[in-house]
Amino acid sequence: MRLAAALLAGSLFLTWSAHCADWDVTRLFESLAAHRPERAAFKEKKFFALLDRPVESSGELQFTPPDRLEKRTVLPKPESVVVEGDMVTLERGGKRRTMRLSDNQQVAVLVESLRATLAGDLRGLTRTYSAQLEGSPSSWRLLLRPLDPALGTLVERIAFAGDASGVRNVEIFQADGDRSVMAISPLAK
Amino acid sequence: MIAARRLAIGLWLAGLVLCALQVAQTRFVADLSAFLPAAPTAEQRFLVDQLRDGAVSRVMLIAIEGADAPARARVSRALARSLGSDPLFTSATNGVPAGFERERKLLLEHRYALSPNVAPGRFSVEGLRAAIGETLDLLASPVGLLVKSLVARDPTGETLAVIDQMRPAQGPREVEGVWTSADGNRALLVARTRATGSDIDAQERAVAAVEDAFRRVSVESQAAATRLLLTGPGVLTVRGRAMILRDVERLAIASTLIVATLLLLVYRSPLALALGLVPVATGALVGIAAVSLGFGVVHGITLGFGTTLIGEAVDYSIYLFVQAERGEQAGDSAWLAGFWPTIRLGVLTSIAGFSALLFSGLPGLAQLGLYSIAGLAAAAAVTRWVLPTLLPRRFRIHDISPLGERLAAIANAASRLRWLVGAAAIGALVVLAVHRDSLWDPSLASLNPIAKHDRQIDAELRAALGASDARLLVAATAANAEAALEGAERIGQRLDELVAQGKLGGYESPARFLPSAAMQRARLASLPPSAELRVRLKAALSGLPLRAERLEPFLADVDRARSSAPVTREDLGGTALDAALEGLLFQDGAGRWTAIVGLRPQAGSRLDPAALRDAIAASGVPGVALIDMRAELDRLYAGYLDRALLMALVGLLAIVALLFIALRSPARVARVMAPLAAGVLVVAAWHTLGGTRLSLLHLVGLLLVVAIGSNYALFFDRLAQRRDASTPRTLASLALANATTVASFGVLSLSSIPVLEAIGSTVAVGAFLTLIFSFALCPGTPLSPPEHT
Repeated sequence: MRLAAALLAGSLFLTWSAHCADWDVTRLFESLAAHRPERAAFKEKKFFALLDRPVESSGELQFTPPDRLEKRTVLPKPESVVVEGDMVTLERGGKRRTMRLSDNQQVAVLVESLRATLAGDLRGLTRTYSAQLEGSPSSWRLLLRPLDPALGTLVERIAFAGDASGVRNVEIFQADGDRSVMAISPLAK
Repeated sequence: MIAARRLAIGLWLAGLVLCALQVAQTRFVADLSAFLPAAPTAEQRFLVDQLRDGAVSRVMLIAIEGADAPARARVSRALARSLGSDPLFTSATNGVPAGFERERKLLLEHRYALSPNVAPGRFSVEGLRAAIGETLDLLASPVGLLVKSLVARDPTGETLAVIDQMRPAQGPREVEGVWTSADGNRALLVARTRATGSDIDAQERAVAAVEDAFRRVSVESQAAATRLLLTGPGVLTVRGRAMILRDVERLAIASTLIVATLLLLVYRSPLALALGLVPVATGALVGIAAVSLGFGVVHGITLGFGTTLIGEAVDYSIYLFVQAERGEQAGDSAWLAGFWPTIRLGVLTSIAGFSALLFSGLPGLAQLGLYSIAGLAAAAAVTRWVLPTLLPRRFRIHDISPLGERLAAIANAASRLRWLVGAAAIGALVVLAVHRDSLWDPSLASLNPIAKHDRQIDAELRAALGASDARLLVAATAANAEAALEGAERIGQRLDELVAQGKLGGYESPARFLPSAAMQRARLASLPPSAELRVRLKAALSGLPLRAERLEPFLADVDRARSSAPVTREDLGGTALDAALEGLLFQDGAGRWTAIVGLRPQAGSRLDPAALRDAIAASGVPGVALIDMRAELDRLYAGYLDRALLMALVGLLAIVALLFIALRSPARVARVMAPLAAGVLVVAAWHTLGGTRLSLLHLVGLLLVVAIGSNYALFFDRLAQRRDASTPRTLASLALANATTVASFGVLSLSSIPVLEAIGSTVAVGAFLTLIFSFALCPGTPLSPPEHT
């Protein structure tokens, strides 16, 4: 009986540790893909060397599979960014602008990482970045660095942090020292 | 006598050689602006110039359909790249431009002269605070990264303001990153040719270049299932020319074959046929040479119309051959005395009729007039002085007197039905009176040779792509470019009010790309001096996260701008801005400058010409006009229709006067004119009943009916004067002459070119009717040769 208990405990431990050892970027993205939020509130702070204080904005993110991400800012000025496929549509002050991600690398770098991570699209992400994962399923931190040195002159690294339910925080470090921090909290579906 | 004949032959041959030389170096054209009025006033000239050479004339609209959206987008992108690097094109666009990347440095440098926001209040403490606050908000937005690098130099966001106002405000929607039609089934591109729309050869090369490029890229992009649609003024002109040339060739061949067959059947002698065509060939050659000399170029439609000369000019040799006394040599002194005066009078009346065309004011019609006059005169002269000499001794054609006798019998029967002619004429008059308000087609559209299908595609693509209304535009004309731009700016202020009131969607002004020097100087003068700006900036930034020390580059730039010169057209050379200006600000042949302001209606509504006219009047700019292209053209055309009606009347009077001089009897003139009048009325009524509204070309056709019909009527008049053994032969020759005329104009009526179709159908029916009516109205006792009476 004791043996049995020990065996059981042992097997449980083995299962658990095996699970831990298997928890890697692939698993994380499987879980992210499974728990894709449809709507989430965001609060963003941007730190510019030029400015004494960060500028803040807040609003809502909406993701529609397979590849549509809408970032709707409410404060300080209402505006929206919709990324769908290769297209980005900006709406601000009654004006609409459309551009292609493939034409605007700077925007693409920022948008693509967020969209791919929210969507759990590891393949899309690792085309552009090297990924490094730290922590456990309940508290993880994913560090992305651009593979292309040209992109590296814009964005040094992007850090995603999250828990079992998904992405909680996105921090973008620009090569010139400016950075932005975005906190994400899922909203009811 | 022999010497005189030799001289005639020698002159004829020499003339042929000279004409052939002239024709050999003739340029043939086919643009339909020849059928636009020659435009005597400056405004009308501007209009016609715009259509021929303006920016609008260089636009090529391209659509790709078939396959799926990604495939169409791939082809669209590859095609835009290919055409973009083709020297035949100045640009090829398939989506919103990335934002003047190449021009960014230039725009940044001149932002204070170019930005519409630069005004005295902009650099006050409040103005600076508002503008910088705006920029900080932008930094917080997703595009913050794009503007970040500019903030230190341009904290008030002037560069973005400059780029924003230059970017087209609204275009077609985009699918897969390329312009797409509203239904999503066509990818759309706009290319601009380097050559003007009236340079048809260059346009033809451009069309071929697009087609070649499409073939290549659709294979390379693995999108072989895609199809290309191409339209635009140049494209349609190229197609129009190809159609005209194809049509003309077909018509000429068909007409020649029919007339030759007819003559061969009647003459039963190939030699007679060949000789009969000598005046025709001479006439055609002389006609083309005359037009070439008189106009410098020969229009394709003139050539097409020329085929009808075959039908008319061949009449003279028919008269010569058929009317010769039995057993006598054709063209002998008896024929000269008996028939030539009648033929001569017929030629003169025809020439009087065609002269009206010479003065129609439409270069295309004037060409037709000159061609016909020269051609008929030459054909008649050759028939009179050359052809008899060329005839071999004992030249004989098959005797067609029996045909003439049968015709005489029919005529006898017909003359009992002459009341029918009167009844038909009265009936026609009633029809015309009932429809008098819708008799004439006052629009130019009826002359448009472009196939309906092509026009529909053109309208569809235009609607799908059209930012600016192609119909209404504002033109500000002045002595120099600066004044024209100032005019455009002042009009722009009024248009801004209409935009604010929601009466106008927007407008495109050249002053957005290149403000007038005065405007630029005013903007630069509104920039405060450095020390003053420093003080204001400090006050404006209080409470904001941006410190004045960070904005030293801004202070330096403003200081430099204060003493800089305005941007000139030369500064923009080779940029997208220069290309954009090309169609909006230009110099005409007289050295005057015109600025074009394009108007865009509110989405889903139409432009309001009255409100626009008021706004323009309120601007008080001299030399400015709201131009309604289509209404203006129609008005222009209607004016010419009136003038052509007057000319036709003059031509008619000239014919009547000629008849008076030759016949010296009002009764005879009335007898000659009666069948012609009846013929004209019945043809006009026939068109009206058939739902065709009469155009300028129908009028030309009616004039030709009178000119050609007068020949028949004159012969009948001659018959009425002296009836002799030649009567059956005269009748036979008239029947044959009429058959060739009806055949050749009938062929013309099958043309797909409205200009030719209108003339052809009118003359074929009219010529036939005038002959029948002349038959029926021939006065006195039954027509029969004396031996039978």
